[in-house]
Amino acid sequence: MQFYDSHILSVVLFTPVAGALLMLLIPRDNAAAHRWMGNLFGFLGLIVSLPLLWRFDVHEAGFQFLETHEWIPSIGARYTLGIDGISFLMVMLTTVLGAISILSSWSAIRKREKEYYILFLLLQTGMLGVFMSLDFVLFYVFWEVMLVPMYFLIGVWGSERRLYAAIKFFLYTLAGSVVMLLAIVAIYFNAHTFDIRTILEAPHALFSVQLQKWLFWGFFFAFAIKVPMFPFHTWLPDAHTEAPTAGSVILAGVLLKMGTYGFMRFSLPMFPDATTAFRWIMILLSIIGIIYGALVCMMQKDMKKLIAYSSVSHMGFCTLGIFALTPLGLSGSVIQQVNHGISTGALFLIVGVLYERRHTRLISEFGGLSTPMPNFAAVYMIVTLSSLGMPLLNGFVGEFTILRGVFEVPVYGMRWAAWGVIGVVLGAAYLLWLYQRVMFGNVTNPLNEHLPDMNAREYATLLPLVALAFWIGLYPKPLFRVLDKPVEQLIKHYSPGYYQAPPLAPAPSASGESPQPERK
Amino acid sequence: MRDILFQIRDIPLILPELMLAFFGMAILLTDFLLEKEQKSWNAVTAMMGVIFSGLSLWIMYPSARAGLRGFRGTIVTDQFFIFFGFIFLAATALVILLSARYLEIEGEQHGEYYALLLFATVGMMLLACGNDLIVLFIGLETMAISFYVLTGFLRRDRRSNEGALKYVLLGAFSSAILAYGFSILYGISGSTNLEDIETAVATRPATDLLVLLALATVAVGLFFKVAAVPFHQWAPDVYEGAPTPITAFVSVASKTASFALLLRLFLTVFHPIRVDWEMLVAAVAVLSMTVGNIAALTQNNVKRLLAYSSISHVGYILLGLVAGNELGLKAMAFYLLVYAFFNTGAFAIVIILRRKGLIGDELEDMNGLIERSPGAAILMLIFLLSLAGIPPTAGFIGKLLIFWALIETHHVVLAVLAVLYILPAVYYYFRIVAAMWVSKAPEGPRPRISLAQALALGISVAVTLAAGVYPEPFLRLAKYSILPFFRS
Repeated sequence: MQFYDSHILSVVLFTPVAGALLMLLIPRDNAAAHRWMGNLFGFLGLIVSLPLLWRFDVHEAGFQFLETHEWIPSIGARYTLGIDGISFLMVMLTTVLGAISILSSWSAIRKREKEYYILFLLLQTGMLGVFMSLDFVLFYVFWEVMLVPMYFLIGVWGSERRLYAAIKFFLYTLAGSVVMLLAIVAIYFNAHTFDIRTILEAPHALFSVQLQKWLFWGFFFAFAIKVPMFPFHTWLPDAHTEAPTAGSVILAGVLLKMGTYGFMRFSLPMFPDATTAFRWIMILLSIIGIIYGALVCMMQKDMKKLIAYSSVSHMGFCTLGIFALTPLGLSGSVIQQVNHGISTGALFLIVGVLYERRHTRLISEFGGLSTPMPNFAAVYMIVTLSSLGMPLLNGFVGEFTILRGVFEVPVYGMRWAAWGVIGVVLGAAYLLWLYQRVMFGNVTNPLNEHLPDMNAREYATLLPLVALAFWIGLYPKPLFRVLDKPVEQLIKHYSPGYYQAPPLAPAPSASGESPQPERK
Repeated sequence: MRDILFQIRDIPLILPELMLAFFGMAILLTDFLLEKEQKSWNAVTAMMGVIFSGLSLWIMYPSARAGLRGFRGTIVTDQFFIFFGFIFLAATALVILLSARYLEIEGEQHGEYYALLLFATVGMMLLACGNDLIVLFIGLETMAISFYVLTGFLRRDRRSNEGALKYVLLGAFSSAILAYGFSILYGISGSTNLEDIETAVATRPATDLLVLLALATVAVGLFFKVAAVPFHQWAPDVYEGAPTPITAFVSVASKTASFALLLRLFLTVFHPIRVDWEMLVAAVAVLSMTVGNIAALTQNNVKRLLAYSSISHVGYILLGLVAGNELGLKAMAFYLLVYAFFNTGAFAIVIILRRKGLIGDELEDMNGLIERSPGAAILMLIFLLSLAGIPPTAGFIGKLLIFWALIETHHVVLAVLAVLYILPAVYYYFRIVAAMWVSKAPEGPRPRISLAQALALGISVAVTLAAGVYPEPFLRLAKYSILPFFRS
C-alpha cells in the first residue's frame, strides 16, 4: 500500500503492461482465458486509477503525484511522472474508455484474441504515458510507442482496406512526430534540460521569439496531425472507418486528445510569442475544420465514416477554444475534449452494436430500427443529443463554454464565434438526419425485422457513458474546478493579471440559464 | 634496438588475434578427423576460440587506458580497440550460433567455414588496433579475402557464386584504390605510422592537391568497404547470394570493422584537413540514405531489402562523423554496437525460415509467420522496429543520438533530412510486418528453431530492448570507446 501511495502514477501506467506480460504466458489456443484476462486488466487499470479522483487536489497549482528517478544520465533524461488538472482528466478518460472498449471487444473480436488483448493493453500504457510524462524523452518514447499497437489493431482486426488505413495512420502520425523530435532536441540545447516542469516554470523568456517560431512549427505538425486539424486530417476517416469498434473508440476518444493536449502542455506555455503571432492561422484552420468536417458528414453513406468526419468538426471546436487564449476557451476546450471522448466513443460503440448484428455500416441498409430495438433507440437518441450539444447533456457545456470564451476575444471574437455556431447547427443536422435515416420510419430491409435489442454487455459499455454525459451536462462544476489552476497557469502568459483584475466577463448571475463555471 | 623486429613483451598485445588464429587452424587440422554427423564440433571449437579471444581482451581492459603500443608502434591497444574487439567477437559468436543448423540444411558442413569466420575476425581486430598503414592493409585484406570465400561457400548455388565473383572483383578494385591512397600518404610523410602521417599532413595546407588526392582515394576505398552510395552496387547481390549467416556477418561485422578503420583514419591522419572532407562525407551520407531507402521500397526479397536498408544505415552512421563532435562519435559507436545485435537478429529470422526445399528469403515466405511461429514473428517485429528507429528499442536511441549531434553542430538541414527518411524506412519494414501478421499462412511445416539459434535470438533481442529501455550502460561503453580521440 505504501508503494502504491508513492508510485500511484507508475502503478496506473504499468498495470496494463503487467497484464500483457501475464497473458504472454497463457497458451494461444485458450481464447477464453485471454478474453477474461484482457477484460480483467482493462478493468483493473480503471480501478487503480480511481483513487486519483479523491486524492487529486484541485487547489494545487503545480503537478501532483510526482515521481522522478534517474533514467539515462548520459543524455539527461529522467523518468518523471506527474499530472495537473488537464492531464488528470485525460488520464481518467483513458482508463474509463480503455476498460469500456476492451469490454466492447468481447464478441466483436473472435480471432487471435491473445495478440489483440496484449496489444490493446500496451496501447493503454502508451497513451497513459503520454499524458503523465514530464520529461521530453520519456514523453516522446510513449508518443511513438503507442503507434505500433494501434497499427496492428487497425491492420489485423480492421475491415477490408485495413492495411492501407493502418500504414497511412502510422506514416502520417510518424511524419509529425519525427519533426517534433528535432524540436525537442533543439529545446534541450536552449534550455539545457529535458525536464518539462523546469521549462514550464521558467520565466517568460526561455526561448527567443525567433526560436519560438521555429519550435512552434516543429511541434505543430505532430499535434495538428494527431488532432487532426484541417489539411492534416486525411488519415482519420480511413483509420476510424477501418479500425475495429474498440480501436475507433480509442482513436477518437483518446488518441486525438493527445494532439490538443500537446498544444496545451507545450505550445501555449512554452512558445507564447509564437502562439500569439500564429494564432490567426490556428483559428482559421479550426474554423475551416469545423465547417468542412460538418459539410463532409452530410455526404457520407457509411455510418462510421460519418462519425469519423464529425470528429474533425468537433475537434475543430477544441482547437478553436485553445487558440482563443481566454480562460473560458481553454477550460471549455478541455471539457469538450472529454465530451468528445464520451459522445463519439459512444457513437462508435453504437455503430459497433449494429455492425455486430448486420456486418454492414451502410446507412442505406438500415431504417426503422426503433421498432425492433426500442431500448437501443433510446440510448442512441441520448448519445446523439449529447454529441450535437443539447442542453442538459455534456456536449452543450463544452461547446457553449468554448463559444463564450471565443466571444471574449476583443474585436474578432464575435466573428469567430459566429462561424463556430454554423458548425453547431450543421452538427445537429447531420447527426439527426443520420438518426432519422437509421432509426425512424418503417423497417425497409427484411433483414432488420428481428434484430435483437441490446444485450447486457452492450448496456455495460454504453450506460456508463450515458451516465457521464448526464453528469457533465447537469453538474460540470467539478470539472471546471479541476481545470481552474492549470488554466490560470496557461493564461498568465497571455493576459497577465487576468485573475487579479475584476472579471472582464459579466457576473455569473447573467448565466443563470446555463451551467456556468464558477470562477474565483 | 631498432633492428629487433619485435620483442617478446609485444606478444600479449595481439593475444586476442592469436587466439582466434590458433583455434582457426585447429579447426582446419581436426576437421578431417570428424565424421559427417560430428561436424558441429567445428562450431564448438570456433566458439572456444571466440571465448578465449574475449578473455584475452578482458585481460587487456585495465591497461587500455594507457593505450599500449607494440611491434614498434604498429599496434595500439586502446579503448577504441577493446570496444570494437568486443563487437566483432559478439557478432562472430552470434553468427557461429546461427550457422550450425544452416550448414546442415545446405549440406555444406566444412571446417573451413568456421576457420574462415575466425580468420576474418582476426582481420577485423587488426583493423581496430592497427596504427600503421601496412598492418591496416593486411588486416583489411585478411578480412576481405575470408569474406570472398565465405560468400561463395554454397558452391552449388548460382546466386552464391555470382555474389562471390562480384564481391572479389569490386573488393579488389576498392582495395587497389585504397592501397594507392596509402602509397600517397607514405609519399607525403615518408612513414607508415599514423601519427607521423598526421604530423606531415598537418604541415601542409588544406588545399594541397597531394593531400586531397590521398583523401579522395582513401575515402573511395573506405566507402566501398562500408557500402556507401555511390560505391554500394556490390552489396545487394552479395547479401542475396551469400549464405544467410554470412550475410549477417558481412552486414554487421565487416561493416563495423570498416567503420573502425574509417574512424581511425579520419580522426588521426585526416583530422587536420577536416574542412575538406566534412562536405564530402555529408554528401555520401545523404546519398546513402536516399538511395538505400528508396531502393528498399520495392524489394521483394527480404535479404535484398535488408541490404538496401543497411546502406541507409551507413548513411545515418556517417552523419555522426559529419557532426564530428564527441557526441557524434559516441553516437556512431553506440549505433554500431547495437546495430550488430538487431541486424543480426533480423537475419537470424530469415535463417530459421530456411529448410529443405525452401530458401525462405522472399517476402512471401514471411506470410503468416505469427500463425506458424509466434515467437519468431514477435522477435522480428522488435528487430524491425529497432531498424526503423521506433522506441523503445536500441535503434531509436542510436538515431536520437545522431540527430542530437547534428543539431548540436548546427547541421539542421541534415537533421531534418535524416528524420524524414525514417518514413520510407517504416514503410518498407512494415511491408515485412504486414506479411508476417496479416497475410495468410501458407501450408507446410512450422519453422523449427534449434537451441543455438534460440540462444542467438535471445541475446540479440535482449540487447535490442535493454539498450532501448535502459541505454545508460551502453552509452557509457560508447563514450569509453572514443576516449583515445579526445585525450588532448
